[in-house]
Order: sequence, then C-alpha cells, then structure tokens
Amino acid sequence: MSSAVADYITRIEGTCGAGSDIVVVLKFDKKDQALEKILKKATLKNTIAGVIYDLTYEQSSFRFYASGKIIFRGVENKQTLNRIIDALLL
Amino acid sequence: MVDFYENNNANVHRGVHTLALEATEMYEQSRECVAKFINAKESCEIIFVRGTTEAINVVAYSLGLNDLKEGDEVLISLMEHHSNIVPWEITAKIHGFKINYVDVTSDGLLNIQDFENKITSKTKIVCLSHVSNVTGVVNDIKKLAKIAHAHGAIILVDGAQSVPHMPVDVQNLDVDFLVFSGHKMLSPTGIGVLYGKKELLQKMTPFQGGGEMIKDVIFDSITQSCNISWNELPWKFEAGTPNICGAVGLATAINYLKKVGMDNILAHEQALTKYAIDGMKNLSKVSFYGSIDSNKCGIITFSFADLSSHDVALLCDSYGIAIRSGYHCAQPLHQIFKLQSSARASFYLYNTIEEINRFLEVLQEIQNF
Repeated sequence: MSSAVADYITRIEGTCGAGSDIVVVLKFDKKDQALEKILKKATLKNTIAGVIYDLTYEQSSFRFYASGKIIFRGVENKQTLNRIIDALLL
Repeated sequence: MVDFYENNNANVHRGVHTLALEATEMYEQSRECVAKFINAKESCEIIFVRGTTEAINVVAYSLGLNDLKEGDEVLISLMEHHSNIVPWEITAKIHGFKINYVDVTSDGLLNIQDFENKITSKTKIVCLSHVSNVTGVVNDIKKLAKIAHAHGAIILVDGAQSVPHMPVDVQNLDVDFLVFSGHKMLSPTGIGVLYGKKELLQKMTPFQGGGEMIKDVIFDSITQSCNISWNELPWKFEAGTPNICGAVGLATAINYLKKVGMDNILAHEQALTKYAIDGMKNLSKVSFYGSIDSNKCGIITFSFADLSSHDVALLCDSYGIAIRSGYHCAQPLHQIFKLQSSARASFYLYNTIEEINRFLEVLQEIQNF
C-alpha cells in the first residue's frame, strides 16, 4: 500500500468468525474524502444514503459505512487488498 | 474511584502509614461486599483477579499442580466461552488428564442426557457456564452441581453472564467455584472474582508467586535455597500488587446493583428480551439462534439473510446502536449452529423499551436494504 493511501487508514483487521472478511477502518477526518474517491471508481449496487454504500470494484464486493469502516469480503490475501485499496484511494 | 485515587491511594497489606491502612481497609471491605453479594460463607473465599478468564486459569493451573493427573477427566460443555475451554486444554496437555465435552442441542440447550452419560468416577471437575454468553440460556446449575457431587466431582461455574444479571447464591447452588468479571456489571475493567469453597482453596497450591501471597521466604544457607510458606486465604492467591481501585469500584457497582435489586434487573431484562424477540419475529429475514422460549437472560443472537453479522453490527453502529458480531469467543457452539458468525444484541438495566423500538426500526431498515 502506498504511503499516500496509508494516510487514510487507521487500522486493518480480520473479522472474528467470518473467514475472509476484512475491515478497513478509515481515519475519521479522511473518511468523507475517501468515500468521494471510492464512489468515482467503484460501482454502486445499493445504498441507504449517508449510511451504507454497497459497492463492487473489479471482482471484489465491499460495503462502505458512513462511520468510516469498509468491509471487504472474499479478498484472497493482503497483497490483493492493498492493491484494491491503492486503486480506490489514489 | 476518583475519591479513592485522590484521598486513599496506596498499596495494601504492606505499609503502616495512614494511607496504606485506609487503602487496605477499603480493599478488604470490597471483599466483604462481594462475599455478601453472592452469599459466600466467608470473605476469605473471595479472590480478586483480573476477570473471569484469569479466575479460570488460576483454578486450572492450581488444580493441575497437585490434583489433576493422567487418568483423571474434566467435563466441559460445548457452549462454553473459550476462556472455559482453553485453560483446560493447555493444562490437560501439561498434566495428561482428559477433557470430555458435553453436547449441546441444536437450539443451544445443554444436553442433560449426554452430561449424565459422560460424568464418571474419573471426572474430577465439571466446568459449566451458568448463562451462555451466546444464547443467554440459563443452565440449571443447582441440579448439575448435585449430579457432579454425586459422582465425587467438584464444579466450577462461569458466572460472567449470570452474576451481573440475576441473584446468585453460591451456598444455595452449592457450587465449588464461581468466577465472574467486574466489567460486565458496571465496574471498571481489570477486576474480577474467583469464589472458591474455603476447604478447596486451602488445599490448592498457588500457581502465581510473588509478594503478598507468601508468609515466609527464608534463605537456607546450607541448602542454598529458600523455604517458602504460603500466606493465608485469600491472599495466598493474590500475588503482587492487586487492582485495589478496581476492587473498590466493583464494590461500588455491587452496592448500586443491590439498591436496584437483582430480581428487578432480571425481570427488566427478560421483559426487554421478550419485547425485542416479539418484534424481531415480524422480520422475515431474521433467524434466531438458541432457544427463544426457554429460561434466558437478556441476550438475543440472530442473523440476517444475505448479510454477514459484521454488516449487521456496522449498520446498527451507523444508527448509534452497539451490538456484537462474530462468534463471541464461542466457536464450538457456532459449529453446532453451523454458523461462521452471529449478531448478538444484549440488554442491561439501563436499556429501555424506547431503545428496543429504535433497534427494531433499524432492523426493519436493514431488512429493506
């Protein structure tokens, strides 16, 4: 992950009990900016405006929560995740 | 706690100055308070620990030092929190005793028949939760303790989910050990309780050594070693400086809970739970886990069709509602439920019907998503 992108992120953690789901926690003051960038690049499938955005990018589906958390599911490994995050936030 | 740190803060059982004596007095009064709260015979049966997990580790490691050996068996249920599984698995590998697991029914109830089948004369200790942290189901501990004792076994009860929510009387239940955490009952984190019957605690060897837990450490110049004798109960099991302020905070929380009344707290939680379940039954995408009709505390475990538990929790979080997601440190029970994870709503004395209504509105919104 590039340092410019890392600047958006507080923490990345695996979810308890749910196989390959990964939660990316964004910095609070960067989350709106991140959402703006993501919405330009990812495809919006469904939304409760201002609360949740159900999105896809390439083969990955993920949900962006207004609280600044993104859940990625089915991501193969950390390298793939980093590549997707870079593509979305750069 | 602020008052303690501002006016009485010192280490306990060491100094003779006024602050040390005041701190010691408050710490030991807290022990008395806990003893009365669970109706222990004596306050020396109350050991302060960091929480439920440490309490179980104390028992598992201490019994392992002298009492559990190859050929012995420990009986645990599959509904246990990992903290009541892992310490036994670790010590079993060290000391060679065997662990047997009691099955749980598909609706999350302890399989009593299986319990009776698996308890034998080899069973030295039975370890069960009083209330499941996943389903809120209440086990009939009095009955299970009777069965355990009839087989010559002792019983350790994980009261992390019962002591904060209902009246618990160790003499009435006739349990040998009861463990619970302060942070689940309005108290600060890092303080918990190991209750043990005096005669058992007296026989047990402490597994943590240090200051406070010893009477004498006398160097023998001939053998070039130290002769050590243990302190009396309860200090024998409290090595090092304890969480003094935490104990004071726990006692303050207990006094508050007692003022509200544990019967009232249980009734309030059960009313909220029933109200929430009735509302959630109207949501076609919601599935419940664990019996929703049996005797249970304020816990509802559920899932939403097409959504992971983490999505449900994050959606609720977006509306300011905090629920847990994951397997709640009870993976074996989730295996029985054939689940990767679940969402869990839990209620306490401070929750209201208005909050449940809001929760139900949010769930409706999630269903529409």
